[in-house]
Amino acid sequence: MRREIPLLITAIVGIGFVIQYFIPHWPFSKMSDWFSDWFSIVGACAIILGALNLMKVSVEKTYRRKEDWGYAAVIIASFLLMTIIGIAEGRGFRNPGTSFDWLYNYVYIPLSATMFAILAFFVASASYRAFRARNFEATLLLIAAFFVMIGRVPVGHTLSSFMPVGWQLSDLASWVMNYPQTAGQRAIMIGIGLGIVSTSLRIILGLERAHIGGGK
Amino acid sequence: MSTRSKELIVLGAITLFALIFYLGKVWGRGTFEFPTWLSAVVIAFIGLSLLWVLILTLKGQLIERRVVFIYVAFAVALPLFMSFSQKITISPEVYQLHEALMELPAGSKVLISFDYDPPSAPELQPMAESIIRVCFENDLKIIVMGLWPQGPQQANLALEKVFEDSTIRAKNLQYGRDYVNLGFQTGNEFVIQRMGSSFESMFSSDYEGTPYKEIPLVRNVRNFSNVDFSVNLSAGFPGTVEWVQIAVDRYGLLMGAGNTAVQAPVMYAYLNAGQLEGLLGGMSGAAEFEAVAEYRAKGTKFMLSQSFAHVVVIAFIIIGNVAFFRSGRKSKLKGN
Repeated sequence: MRREIPLLITAIVGIGFVIQYFIPHWPFSKMSDWFSDWFSIVGACAIILGALNLMKVSVEKTYRRKEDWGYAAVIIASFLLMTIIGIAEGRGFRNPGTSFDWLYNYVYIPLSATMFAILAFFVASASYRAFRARNFEATLLLIAAFFVMIGRVPVGHTLSSFMPVGWQLSDLASWVMNYPQTAGQRAIMIGIGLGIVSTSLRIILGLERAHIGGGK
Repeated sequence: MSTRSKELIVLGAITLFALIFYLGKVWGRGTFEFPTWLSAVVIAFIGLSLLWVLILTLKGQLIERRVVFIYVAFAVALPLFMSFSQKITISPEVYQLHEALMELPAGSKVLISFDYDPPSAPELQPMAESIIRVCFENDLKIIVMGLWPQGPQQANLALEKVFEDSTIRAKNLQYGRDYVNLGFQTGNEFVIQRMGSSFESMFSSDYEGTPYKEIPLVRNVRNFSNVDFSVNLSAGFPGTVEWVQIAVDRYGLLMGAGNTAVQAPVMYAYLNAGQLEGLLGGMSGAAEFEAVAEYRAKGTKFMLSQSFAHVVVIAFIIIGNVAFFRSGRKSKLKGN
């Protein structure tokens, strides 16, 4: 029974959701609303659970002086600082001029932007080492990357302004994005869609049982 | 010098720069800009040094990865102090979104979902500011929400920035009547699905805690059928894909999107199928929207850095290929 009940719930909810998509009327519409509300409630609880779990792992790591425990200590300090200030400032803790807002604007935003900005260095370094004309396909990718990179910035327009309209670098970049790129994206999306449908059917029909911790 | 010392020096330099920029912002000093001749000298120096790197590579001397990092840092940072004007070409998809907003009659309700957080803000925040500005200029009403926890706060920052403009302030726009921030709601795509039947069930109160029914702007907004247009600013999941699949396809919502440059290519499939009423992709999308809206701001300014960075990356791709053809391919052919 430990397996049959979760499988039954999965099948009923899965089939119910498929039906409500095609028949958005009572009682299926009501069922859809009901499940959506519950999903939000469970999602809100998951945030609390996630935060508590992060604290548990970080405290344990710091207490036992495991490798890189200093980072875990920073997590605990940052978490407590933001939480205490947020609670102390009440409902309007995110309003302009509050301490929480100051921390958000001058600590959280710059740190997050810095982490993301590191990507520029990785992209440049990876392009330098990986974008090589090794074979026909790689050369094709290289040429497409060249047109898109230069055509998507104003300098591309300046460099090719002497060319007729429709043949300028920005036009070529738009062509690459609208036709070969979109065709590739559609192929990938259709593939993903078919994969999702087949996996979902397997889960609904109880053929795939990995989510309840079993193979068969 | 040990690695630890080098790391400490870099950390010290970053802290110093951050402190200088913060104090500059707090004290309200104007932005510092190079004179044109200095900008030209800097560009010429970078160009010549890249040429020197190419010559070294042709001679068989390969450069270190750290050199590439230094060039990228200069290419991104130095143009922030330059004031060259660049001609920005407007893509059809950007023009389409602007037209869609301009065609809405005054008083139309526009739903803007802020589905991003600070790491993506450099690309999406300029878009948000320009879109909100265009809406207010055309007397459109704005309903803000977020499927990402930090989204509504980013919306408030964008609103604050737009209200710095005296022409917008002169309109005497009122919170609750002309614009509202409904805040964040957990549940990802299920929030969109539930909004299809009832907004109030997902947002029982706004960002400030005011009950939904007491907000004049949304009092009569039951579901997507009471919204005239929507814009999704997204940096990932949940984002534009989920909005298109549920709100657009199922409930017939008209929607335009602004995405990070990494995410934008996926959206072209939806754009070309007519599921999106325009698309802004990355920083260039933001700059193009500013150009079409005749409002030059952050997006336009940052495009100079992006132009430089792209040119430097292309230069290193060429240098990398020169090195590859000189060493790698030759040895491979010899091996064969």
